[in-house]
Amino acid sequence: MATRRQFIRISAMGAGAVAAGAAGIRLFGSALTDGQKATVAALTGRTPTYCEVCFWKCAGWVYKDEKGTIQKIIGNSEDLNCNGRLCPRGTGGVGMYHDEDRLRTPLIRTEERGKQSFREATWEEAFDYIAEKIKVISAEYGPECLALFTHGSGGKYFSTLLHALGSPHVAAPSYAQCRGPREVAFQATFGETIESPERTDIRDTRCLVLIGSHIGENMHNGQVQEMSDAIDKGATIITVDPRYSTAAGKSKYWLPIKPATDLALLLAWINVIITEELYDKPYVEKYTYGFEYLKEHVRNMTPEWAYGITTIDPTVIRETAREMANAAPAVIVHPGRHVTWYGDDTQRIRAVAILNALLGSWGRRGGFFRPEVFELPEPPHPAYPTPTRSWRTEFPDLYKMADAVLANGLCDATIPDPSRHCQFQGWIVNGTNLIETLPNQANTIAAIQALQLLVVIDTMPMEITGWADVVLPECTYLERYDDLRVGPHRKPQIALRAPAAEPMYNTKPAFWMARELAKRLGVIEYFPFETMEEQLDWQLKQVGSSLEEMKKIGVKTFDRPYDDLYFAPDEDVEFYTGTGKIELYSLALEEAGYDPLPKYTRHEEPPEGYYRLNYGRAPMHTFSRTSNNPNLTDLMEENSVWVNPRVAKEWGLSTGQYVHLMNQDGKRSEFPIKVRVTERIRWDSVYMVHGFGHDQKKLRRCYGKGASDTNLITKVLVDPIMGGTGMRGNFVTFITDLNAEEVAS
Amino acid sequence: MNEELIISGRENLMVDPQLHIWHWPIPLYLFLGGLAAGVLFFAALYYLMGKEEQYRTAVRRVPFIAPIALVLGLAALFYDLNHKAFFWQLYTTIRLESPMSWGAWTLLVITIASFIWCALHIREFFPKWDWKYRWLKDLESFFNRYKKPLAWVMLIFAIITGVYTGILLSAFNARPLWNTSVLGPLFLASGLSAGAAAIVLSSKNREERLLFTKIDLIILGTELFLIIHMFMGFLASTQVQIEAAQLFLGGPYTMVFWIFVVILGIIIPGVLDLMELGGRHIPALIPGVLVLMGSFAFRFVFVFAGQVSRWLY
Amino acid sequence: MRYAMAVDTRKCVGCSDCVVACQTENNVPIGFCRDWVVEVIDGTYPQLEIELRSERCNHCDNAPCVRCCPTGASHIVEGGVVLVKPNKCIGCGACIASCPYDARFPHPKGYVDKCTFCIHRVREGMKPACVAVCPTKCMYFGDLEDPNSDVSVVLKKRKYKTLIPEAGTKPQLYFLI
Repeated sequence: MATRRQFIRISAMGAGAVAAGAAGIRLFGSALTDGQKATVAALTGRTPTYCEVCFWKCAGWVYKDEKGTIQKIIGNSEDLNCNGRLCPRGTGGVGMYHDEDRLRTPLIRTEERGKQSFREATWEEAFDYIAEKIKVISAEYGPECLALFTHGSGGKYFSTLLHALGSPHVAAPSYAQCRGPREVAFQATFGETIESPERTDIRDTRCLVLIGSHIGENMHNGQVQEMSDAIDKGATIITVDPRYSTAAGKSKYWLPIKPATDLALLLAWINVIITEELYDKPYVEKYTYGFEYLKEHVRNMTPEWAYGITTIDPTVIRETAREMANAAPAVIVHPGRHVTWYGDDTQRIRAVAILNALLGSWGRRGGFFRPEVFELPEPPHPAYPTPTRSWRTEFPDLYKMADAVLANGLCDATIPDPSRHCQFQGWIVNGTNLIETLPNQANTIAAIQALQLLVVIDTMPMEITGWADVVLPECTYLERYDDLRVGPHRKPQIALRAPAAEPMYNTKPAFWMARELAKRLGVIEYFPFETMEEQLDWQLKQVGSSLEEMKKIGVKTFDRPYDDLYFAPDEDVEFYTGTGKIELYSLALEEAGYDPLPKYTRHEEPPEGYYRLNYGRAPMHTFSRTSNNPNLTDLMEENSVWVNPRVAKEWGLSTGQYVHLMNQDGKRSEFPIKVRVTERIRWDSVYMVHGFGHDQKKLRRCYGKGASDTNLITKVLVDPIMGGTGMRGNFVTFITDLNAEEVAS
Repeated sequence: MNEELIISGRENLMVDPQLHIWHWPIPLYLFLGGLAAGVLFFAALYYLMGKEEQYRTAVRRVPFIAPIALVLGLAALFYDLNHKAFFWQLYTTIRLESPMSWGAWTLLVITIASFIWCALHIREFFPKWDWKYRWLKDLESFFNRYKKPLAWVMLIFAIITGVYTGILLSAFNARPLWNTSVLGPLFLASGLSAGAAAIVLSSKNREERLLFTKIDLIILGTELFLIIHMFMGFLASTQVQIEAAQLFLGGPYTMVFWIFVVILGIIIPGVLDLMELGGRHIPALIPGVLVLMGSFAFRFVFVFAGQVSRWLY
Repeated sequence: MRYAMAVDTRKCVGCSDCVVACQTENNVPIGFCRDWVVEVIDGTYPQLEIELRSERCNHCDNAPCVRCCPTGASHIVEGGVVLVKPNKCIGCGACIASCPYDARFPHPKGYVDKCTFCIHRVREGMKPACVAVCPTKCMYFGDLEDPNSDVSVVLKKRKYKTLIPEAGTKPQLYFLI
């Protein structure tokens, strides 16, 4: 969706970029092919890159030792995402390159799916196999029955391929399994999304409110850095979490909330802010719509009401609301990132958005700034064919507010069902381990078994590769070019990723793979440049730089076209909502048949002897993808299940002991997990770090280490508004009688 | 509930989860060093007292254990080094602050002295021994002439060696169990009792046996006193030393310490010695072997338990 | 000159970036580390306190490891930085046993390894790798004798503690509390 910002820019600077784009269409196979082919061997000293270990994409420099081996990666000090400081995963990115368990060569399946028997193949064989299958699927079912699941840079090229073939079905689990509800809620309220990196102005905030967001454990670099700056400047931190998170440890107020009741707390805060008239009156009056409805809606949602639900002392609810108001507008009620919890997530984040609106923090210093994305001309190509069918038609009356393709939606629509029109037949999965990413593994596997083609592109033999028909080994980000990173941030910025080394083994960049497939599928015109270098150089020259320059500086910062990081005093702001105002009362939601104001609904509670399964992140790992990285495994090789001492006493558990977990549906964790008895967790829940318990033996370092939370998430609370998969409604109990050899193995 | 844990996955070899940098060769080396020290101490002492003929076994025969024990001990020490190729660096400097440094030099001196002593008494075992070469014969007569100074050197360095095996450990302030000055005298006593036991075991002369049984009894009594003294010191000290003592007072090393070191290694042989002196005939083998075993177990337990003991941290 | 480091336990999030940065900067073999992070939890739910500390060699003023080294491999250079010369070290382990902080370990090649305060970087005017990488900027490094150094300035402003001062080692790693 175009934001207000993008609109202005197009009209203001228009000519240049648009003209360049038009001219570019005639550039197919142009003279740019020669001359710019700098070889990797010619690279000396440091090489610029931006990180691919997580989505934050910090820019850095890759250094090699005398022998030419990649030794270390250091942050680029010009980079706004990292300010010269990479996080542990970025620093440990070298381990991704050196990991000896990497995929080495293309593989083609030889027996039935899931049996993991493959033969090594040449790239030609692999591409021919895939192209043949895609042709058959396109002819028999239509190209719309091809889907791409992606996370990471390489997805861009496969996305181009799919669109060129005529399929719009490109899904990122980062939407419906992660931040989707947040984007929908903020879009509905402010007409703009939060984006990534988040537009939170934590650096200058005076009060940061975290609701289940564990900054510091989620190592979203810039945010962690800014939170630290805020601590230095004496900002108040308020953390709402049933777990004593690291952030809770840095907080003036920690609200140890009863799990699944956050919305009640948010509504009570709104109640206090309205009844005590703590809200930003001119801001609310000038910019918002529906205040009176809201006031009426929350009238009875007093702190006393919330106390009964959340177990948070009403005085604390009032005190914290006042803290926020005192700091306003330099206050951030953080929208969080992984917010697919209980199925009413869009509504919960709506309450967050409303609270921010009342405090006047949107568009204000220390609140939410206006991010700037650098506008880079895309390589010219003919228009994509118009798809005739969409995944949406498979879910009538559902997920009406979803503004991206749902990974779980595609998955559900792949499972054979007579009611479906468009049954997906072919999946391309790039850099996302769907087995560990999508909840309800049985469902994912059922979908996979119904496919005619599953292509997996990855650097590591993740679980998903075991189910593939063809596995394409990608080289790591340290061995390839990729598209420029363009933002968003406080200033427009571009960052280059250049290869620091030749691809190891028989691995290749995704750009090359997608292009080779495009050749075979007759859509090569969508890939006008033969190499990434040519494309980058062309793009950079359009904006007054060059590949040569970017190789020297890595990151280039531009000035904002307008001095509008924050709203100017009394600025007339038009918001991209139906009313042009911040919609406290959402007309869009109302129109679609959803509650226009968030309502608290009671969620299921754990039965006797069961504990709510909470999961989260460790700062040294990204999802399940880093668990085999030698440098990062060194920091944390397995997860543990956090158990409150009271619960431990009841069950006779002690720290270091291995147990199995079993959920409400009788699903048992595949591997035993180590107990950590700790006061850091409430007695009604347990906690574990996501991303462990790999059952892929080819991941030799992490196979069988710890337990997988995804394994235990069989109950999914789907958000009817946008299809987010709520995963915090699962309850587990302990199985303590392990036989000795199980632990030893 | 309080928790303190390393969260960055530290698992340094031989350091985590608790120190285990020194393995079986170290206590073995300490035992053999102590035994050699004990043996050479008595040999030198009774030689200097002019009782060479009277206590022939102690002065002339038992010392043959010493070079063997020392060489084996040094081999064990060498075996436990992690950077063996640089072993020679020990003998490029003398660092008085480092017990390991002057200990290494002491061992060098006493090992050479023990070899010379044995060479001078080689005819005890091989009456027809001939040094063959002229210079060796010259050397023999040279040391025979200076046997007294040699005995003095041996006496002094035997004491230093005996004490050193204890001081080596007691110098480590980081390991509260080792960090007690009683350890020097205690290890010396333990070494001397092992030496005395070796003499009792080897001697066929009743008079000599009785003398060394007496000596052994006195030393065992001293040892027992020093052990009690050590625990009193620990328990009256700081929390870390109280906890170090707990390793033997209910902790994981309680059984092995009290049974093997105190009861079997000190009390029972002590009682048997008393019975022997009281006129009952006790086979020399039993108390002798028990004392040697106790002395060995003592070093073992101490080296291992000491590595477990640490600061509150 | 007296080099020292201060770690702000209020800002540290325990991410262990310092550990990986050290590993890649100094070629510390996988499976070993020269620095590490400690978490301390006090109290009962929900009245809790957390302390996070990035720890390493304390480069003690009264360093037992240097004293007990039989060959002089463990030595002190400018600014009180404690180093080990690999080709003088016999790997006897005495220094490892002598360190109350367990900051040393035997390198797989046999000699004893430990934090060097990244003296090779410091001599070039850079900060140690752990300090330079820390995303929370919770580490301060510099010369205590220079009143304007990062570490001097922060130690003047804040309350701090050292680890096991009662061991008499005069540690030079300060923890801001």
